[in-house]
Amino acid sequence: MHPALSVIFLTTLIGAGQGLFLALVTGQVYAAIRLIAPQSAEFYAGGSALALGLLVAGLGASFFHLGRPERAWRAASMWRTSWLSREVIVLPAMMAMVFLYGVFHWLGWTQPLFVIGAGGLPVDATLVFGVSGALVAFALYVCTAMIYASVKFLEEWASPYTIANFLLLGLASGFMLAAAYAAYLGTELVGFYGTWAVIFTLLALGTRSAALIRNAGLKHKSSLQTAIGVRHRVIEQRSQGFTAGSFNTREFFHHRSPRFVARLRLIFLLLVFPVPVLLIMLAYVLASPTLPVLAFAAQYVGLLAERWHFFAEARHPQNLYYQSVS
Amino acid sequence: MKDPAAHPDRDIGHTEVKETTCYMCACRCGIRVHLRDGQVRYIEGNPNHPLNHGVICAKGSSGIMKQISPARLTKPLRRKANARRGESQFEEISWDEAMDLLTERLGRLRAEDPRQFALFTGRDQMQALTGMFAKQFGTPNYAAHGGFCSVNMAAGMIYSIGGSFWEFGGPDLERAKLFVMIGTAEDHHSNPLKVQISKFKRRGGRFVSINPVRTGYSAIADEWVPIRPGTDGALFLALIHELLKVGLFDRDFLIQYTNAAELVIDDPDRDDHGMFYRDPETPITEGCTDPQNKLWWDRERGAVLTHTKGADPRLMGSFTLADGTPVKPSFQLLKDRVERYTPEWAEGITGIPAATIRRLAYEMGVTARDQKIELPITWTDCWDNEHDSVTGNPVAFHAMRGLAAHSNGFHTIRALSILMTVLGTIDRPGGFRHRAPFPRPIPPCPKPPNSPEAVQPNTPLDGLPLGWPATPEDLFVDADGEPVRIDKAFSWEYPLSVHGMMHNVITNAWRGDPYPIDTLFLFMANMAWNSSMNTTEARRMLADLDEHGNYRIPFLVVCDTFASETVAFADLVLPDTTYLERHDVLSMLDRPISEFDGPVDAVRLPVLPPKGECRPFQDVLIELGGRLGLPAFTTADGRPKYRNYPDFVVNYETSPGSGIGFLAGWRGEFGDKVLKGEPNPRQWEQYAANGCVFHHELPRSYQYMRNWNKGYLHWARAHALTRWAEPITLHLYSEVLNRFRAAALGKRPGRRPPERLRERIATYFDPLPFYYEPLETQLIDKIRYPLNALTQRPMAMYHSWDSQNAWLRQIHSHNYLFVNPQTALAQDIADGDWIWVESHLGQVRCMCRYSEAVEPGTVWTWNAIGKAAGAWALSADADEAKKGFLLNHLIGEELPTNGTHSGVPPFSNSDPITGQAAWYDVRVRISRAEVQEPRISEPQFPPMRPVPGQASRPRTRWQAYVAGLFDRH
Amino acid sequence: MTQLALVIDLNVCVGCHACVTSCKQWNTSGWAGPMVDENPYGADPTGTFFNRVQTFEVGHYPATETVHFPKSCLHCEDPPCVPVCPTGASYKREDNGVVLVDYDKCIGCKYCSWACPYGVRELDAQQKVMKKCTLCIDRITDQTLPESERKPACVLACPTNARLYGDVHDPDSEVSIAIRERGGYALMPEWGTRPANHYLPRRKTYMHVSPEELQRADNPLTKEDLTVYTGEETLDDVTW
Ligand SMILES: Nc1nc2c(c(=O)[nH]1)N[C@H]1C(S)=C(S)[C@@H](COP(=O)(O)OP(=O)(O)OC[C@H]3O[C@@H](n4cnc5c(=O)[nH]c(N)nc54)[C@H](O)[C@@H]3O)O[C@H]1N2
Ligand SMILES: Nc1nc2c(c(=O)[nH]1)N[C@H]1C(S)=C(S)[C@@H](COP(=O)(O)OP(=O)(O)OC[C@H]3O[C@@H](n4cnc5c(=O)[nH]c(N)nc54)[C@H](O)[C@@H]3O)O[C@H]1N2
Ligand code: SF4
Ligand code: SF4
Ligand code: SF4
Ligand code: SF4
Ligand code: SF4
Ligand SMILES: [Mo]
Repeated sequence: MHPALSVIFLTTLIGAGQGLFLALVTGQVYAAIRLIAPQSAEFYAGGSALALGLLVAGLGASFFHLGRPERAWRAASMWRTSWLSREVIVLPAMMAMVFLYGVFHWLGWTQPLFVIGAGGLPVDATLVFGVSGALVAFALYVCTAMIYASVKFLEEWASPYTIANFLLLGLASGFMLAAAYAAYLGTELVGFYGTWAVIFTLLALGTRSAALIRNAGLKHKSSLQTAIGVRHRVIEQRSQGFTAGSFNTREFFHHRSPRFVARLRLIFLLLVFPVPVLLIMLAYVLASPTLPVLAFAAQYVGLLAERWHFFAEARHPQNLYYQSVS
Repeated sequence: MKDPAAHPDRDIGHTEVKETTCYMCACRCGIRVHLRDGQVRYIEGNPNHPLNHGVICAKGSSGIMKQISPARLTKPLRRKANARRGESQFEEISWDEAMDLLTERLGRLRAEDPRQFALFTGRDQMQALTGMFAKQFGTPNYAAHGGFCSVNMAAGMIYSIGGSFWEFGGPDLERAKLFVMIGTAEDHHSNPLKVQISKFKRRGGRFVSINPVRTGYSAIADEWVPIRPGTDGALFLALIHELLKVGLFDRDFLIQYTNAAELVIDDPDRDDHGMFYRDPETPITEGCTDPQNKLWWDRERGAVLTHTKGADPRLMGSFTLADGTPVKPSFQLLKDRVERYTPEWAEGITGIPAATIRRLAYEMGVTARDQKIELPITWTDCWDNEHDSVTGNPVAFHAMRGLAAHSNGFHTIRALSILMTVLGTIDRPGGFRHRAPFPRPIPPCPKPPNSPEAVQPNTPLDGLPLGWPATPEDLFVDADGEPVRIDKAFSWEYPLSVHGMMHNVITNAWRGDPYPIDTLFLFMANMAWNSSMNTTEARRMLADLDEHGNYRIPFLVVCDTFASETVAFADLVLPDTTYLERHDVLSMLDRPISEFDGPVDAVRLPVLPPKGECRPFQDVLIELGGRLGLPAFTTADGRPKYRNYPDFVVNYETSPGSGIGFLAGWRGEFGDKVLKGEPNPRQWEQYAANGCVFHHELPRSYQYMRNWNKGYLHWARAHALTRWAEPITLHLYSEVLNRFRAAALGKRPGRRPPERLRERIATYFDPLPFYYEPLETQLIDKIRYPLNALTQRPMAMYHSWDSQNAWLRQIHSHNYLFVNPQTALAQDIADGDWIWVESHLGQVRCMCRYSEAVEPGTVWTWNAIGKAAGAWALSADADEAKKGFLLNHLIGEELPTNGTHSGVPPFSNSDPITGQAAWYDVRVRISRAEVQEPRISEPQFPPMRPVPGQASRPRTRWQAYVAGLFDRH
Repeated sequence: MTQLALVIDLNVCVGCHACVTSCKQWNTSGWAGPMVDENPYGADPTGTFFNRVQTFEVGHYPATETVHFPKSCLHCEDPPCVPVCPTGASYKREDNGVVLVDYDKCIGCKYCSWACPYGVRELDAQQKVMKKCTLCIDRITDQTLPESERKPACVLACPTNARLYGDVHDPDSEVSIAIRERGGYALMPEWGTRPANHYLPRRKTYMHVSPEELQRADNPLTKEDLTVYTGEETLDDVTW
């Protein structure tokens, strides 16, 4: 597939935004059950603003993908069948949750509504928004991933790994960002978020590598034989029927050399996984406030490459029909 | 959204439908043009048209884009005084100025030396008018594209069977069982042939294609027989060898309808050796070229006149007439000839296994013999025998430029004609069928003028500029036997160049050989590009100056519809209309669109007004004829006789009271006569009312065996199609050719070729077909240039016309050289690489595309896709100029001299008999371009500038055509 | 239920592209138009077409088959392009099974094109909405056209009649009969899209000439007395 910048940014930005939000909520829950120290309202509000910013930026990027952005509202109508439509519904819901979560924190509307259990876990509005927001975030990961995973003939995508990767990479980058955020603000949660970030990054390494390995050995169902219905070992396209390209030659192929793709894979494998993990560990040792930021930046850049690769790697069967000009 | 089911077209704007005839190519299908608010909305095939029955092709469907093309010329133009030819710098002038200029110049030339005016026309369909104009002007220097197109096909077959493929006849696929197609990619009869091939296949017919390349029609052949280019003659001779050897020939047909059993004098010592023995006692029709005074050898009675009742003549043997003359039936001579042409011999030449050749011969022979067709149609032959059925041998052939465009093409095509004849398939069901006005006598009657005296100041030419020589006396040469025409057609160099030799005009005029000319008028011919051989040189010669700083070709007039490469070289440009903007006739006097079942001609009616100041070229010619005072175009008191072309078409008669005019339908005062009759003032209306086409279906008994069909021949004579009602006996053995040979051998009184040409004539004017290597191949280093380079017509493009067509050019914006991977790998060339292709003339750079569908000794590309930068209103960086290439730069218009200069100009790179341009003889080598070389095609030329009046519309990135709304604000 | 479709006969398609441009000319001024062209007179000209004709080579020289292969939307019975469309712009008509795009709803997200394995949808680069073959819906449903012309433009144009058109659910239609009797097949059956359009394979006619058939009693050579006896000596003269 042709990796469109708009979609690369959309998926990576909202992935990190959702992850950041989930990190905030996780922190809050941990704090609520007193496993870690509670944070200030500003911490949550600022973090939410950051998460919301990412979501808004992602949404903004997505508009560049649309031919007719002014009609984007129509995209909500087919939620019964279309994962894209579902994403279009869930993304604003996500944004709303993040917004409410952040605003309630900011305004200090954190009076407990009720208390759960004998130990007394006070539940306030932010926690309600946080937990339900978390559910929405998971739903959004699934929706986004399913947009790709549900296209069954994009076989590189049509696997549970796609969902796992979107989820885990989103979480990893979100927690990494949370760590960076914490470090930047100078709070002590760097280690907490950092540890989770490392855990998610390592899990993502597992699923992402598994996906790469799977795709490397993938045997495509479609072939020139099935594409044109001729049984013969040797079939070659001589002419695609036009000489200077069409939508079908632009949208579904990256027009880059295999070497470029391989290099990019190496880059993302380094930038997404070992580099941020090392940086965050170094940050822990050196107690550096900037290294976590660097760790996130490196991972995010890596994710851009990862997403580019994700698209480029997918071989659309339609490309069988568009291989040769003459 | 509007429900598409409730979106009838006519609700959107004012719609109308007009019928006319397509001219996106020379096939000439009937079309219905739907207009919406005056713009073309949809062009569909006319379902009632006899030619295309409603179908249409890719080009025909893209006529809309021709109308809005920014390449349209819209104003008469004159080269700016200070600009050089080729620089494309023009100023607008008015039509009056243009006509004054032409009248003055041409009037002067006509009064001084009419030869100084040369009119040559390209892929046009107006030869009836342009030829007549030239004749009236008095110049011998006229021809259309036939010489560089397919004259070998026309001449080779017409001199053998009195008809030909191309527009004059074709395979009867409706009844054939076996169809053999040779060297055809697309052809003129594009749509009808496709319709027929498909029906044929669906009926289960067997389709064999013989071609170095497998594309297009060949793709759906049941069997593809790849052959080395230029070697088909060897294949046909081997097939004939095998058929004769096994006895798979149609004996009765050969005896009755061909000269197979006729006795040829066989004594090399006699002057009349090789001529038919003609009985001096038998009365003959005066002027008939092949009178019936020849003899058969009856097995009982010995020598008898042909067609003696009850005779059973011998096809083989060797006999002595009563007067001691040794004779042989010409069939025996044929048999002797093909003796050495065994399948094994042919295998070495063609690359086709001998076993395949044998199998093909058996398939043909057995199908012809065992699957006979018998139609319950009664007819009477020329010897008054009544037949109660028409029979046929269902083996049909079709061939085109793959045979024609080689310098051995004439003999190859003679061999094919003989193969078809031996199988008994001429004008019979399931075989080859004629289209009116064919069959015609062998050769047809019109002759070119035969001496320089035919050209006189202020006088029409004495004779037609083109004709069919039957003897050396018909050649257009002077007392020394040297050419009178600028293209040297009808000279001893190319005696039967019946369509002229347009491909040598520029070189000859530039060289002043045989003499310099003043004005070269090119109509509808892109001679600065795809219809020239050796294009780079042709462009140089067009703009070359002599020692006084004058152009060697002093005045160049170009009439075109588009800003073609040639326009850039003109001194005067006349903007023509498109086919949707004018009246045209597809005349019986020219190349009609007849069907097997009878004559068909057609017209075009304008469906749109001319763009800008465009004027139909016919109107211009008629006005010019009036202004110059050409007799046919002026009244007795010297005033112009015709208002315009439509007026001319209805009123003109070939001679006063002849009843023959440009249109054959609805003649006579009341429109009730066909082919011949007085002018009918309402003729146009009647064509309009009948879908622009006139189709005269012959009675069934006149539809077959027309060469010998008494009823048909008399009907044809009565309706002015032919001059004689004599039977048109097939020329298995060509006495006509032998006359020329005899002249060369000094065995004939009358004209003799100049010394230097005698051997050439004696060699090539062989009355029986023989195989020889193409001339260029004979002269070239085959190790250095191991490959044959061919072009093929793409179905979605017509020559150079369609690069300005926004839709068609997306299908072919540039071209590749197709190379068999075996061949490419030997040169270390990868698929898609930039390569150099080199011939003895020079080299071009292009891209390589692997193909498994090409014989490894052949490389090929689509014809005329590459364009000169800036031409056709394309941007200078358009794919056509930067990635596309033109093979013509590598093809010589003259044979290589290999450095030996004898002072005599080299021969044209043409068939030595017909002057057919040998496009497909070119031999090349290929090599990989260096990686550091620029990735653009070579040669490149400075971009052509837009001319005034062109591209009035601002060019934007987008073009979204909607009829009725396009470009309207 | 009716399912209109094309059946394309590869046995006779010669790759002429008539279906390509006749489609463009009909549709650019019709319901589905315009069909824009980009750089129409410049480098890399490109534009919207609903139908393309491609060429494939099968096998190695000299056993090469050249296959011309026209392809437009196959109007799948289970069209994956439809459910993925977030706006409902892509839909399949109930009455005749034609898959269409409502340009007024389409947001140009291209998702449907990703969801079509056949590469037949094209985003109009200027209008930014998805376009594709409409089966000439505005011709085939136009009751004001004579019955014989109520067919897609490409079908009427095709010189070899390689494009059959009709209802593949009607077992007696020309298309159903062709599919049944001539081995009609669907493209990429592995995806379960159940294309309504089908393709008919190449078929070959062979001829076999047995040696016995070559010679017949009436062989014309027998009439030519090829050996003419002029009194030479024979075995008859010298043996007993
Ligand atoms: N390498 C190679 N070269 C070849 C051939 C080949 O097979 N290989 N084929 C040869 C053959 S067979 C032929 S016939 C020639 C054809 O060559 P040409 O006869 O030169 O044909 P075109 O390029 O089609 O068109 C000539 C000109 O006619 C103009 N034209 C189009 N319509 C009209 C009109 O209505 N009125 C006027 N006045 N002008 C119009 C076009 O703009 C163009 O400039 O090419 C020959 N050249
Ligand atoms: N679409 C379209 N139609 C056209 C034209 C066009 O430009 N475009 N041009 C028109 C004109 S002017 C003409 S003259 C006709 C020509 O019509 P065709 O004769 O069909 O023209 P070409 O494309 O030259 O095809 C020649 C074929 O002969 C093959 N060939 C070449 N050399 C040999 C050989 O030695 N032996 C054999 N067996 N085959 C050989 C080539 O591979 C090619 O397939 O087409 C007319 N129709
Ligand atoms: S074959 Fe030629 S005349 Fe017929 S529709 Fe096509 S372009 Fe027009
Ligand atoms: S061919 Fe593609 S666009 Fe057409 S219905 Fe099937 S999936 Fe949809
Ligand atoms: S591009 Fe248009 S039709 Fe296709 S999925 Fe998006 S909205 Fe639907
Ligand atoms: S059915 Fe109509 S829209 Fe579809 S390819 Fe044919 S002409 Fe084009
Ligand atoms: S119009 Fe017919 S023959 Fe021509 S490419 Fe299309 S399907 Fe094939
Ligand atoms: Mo031609």
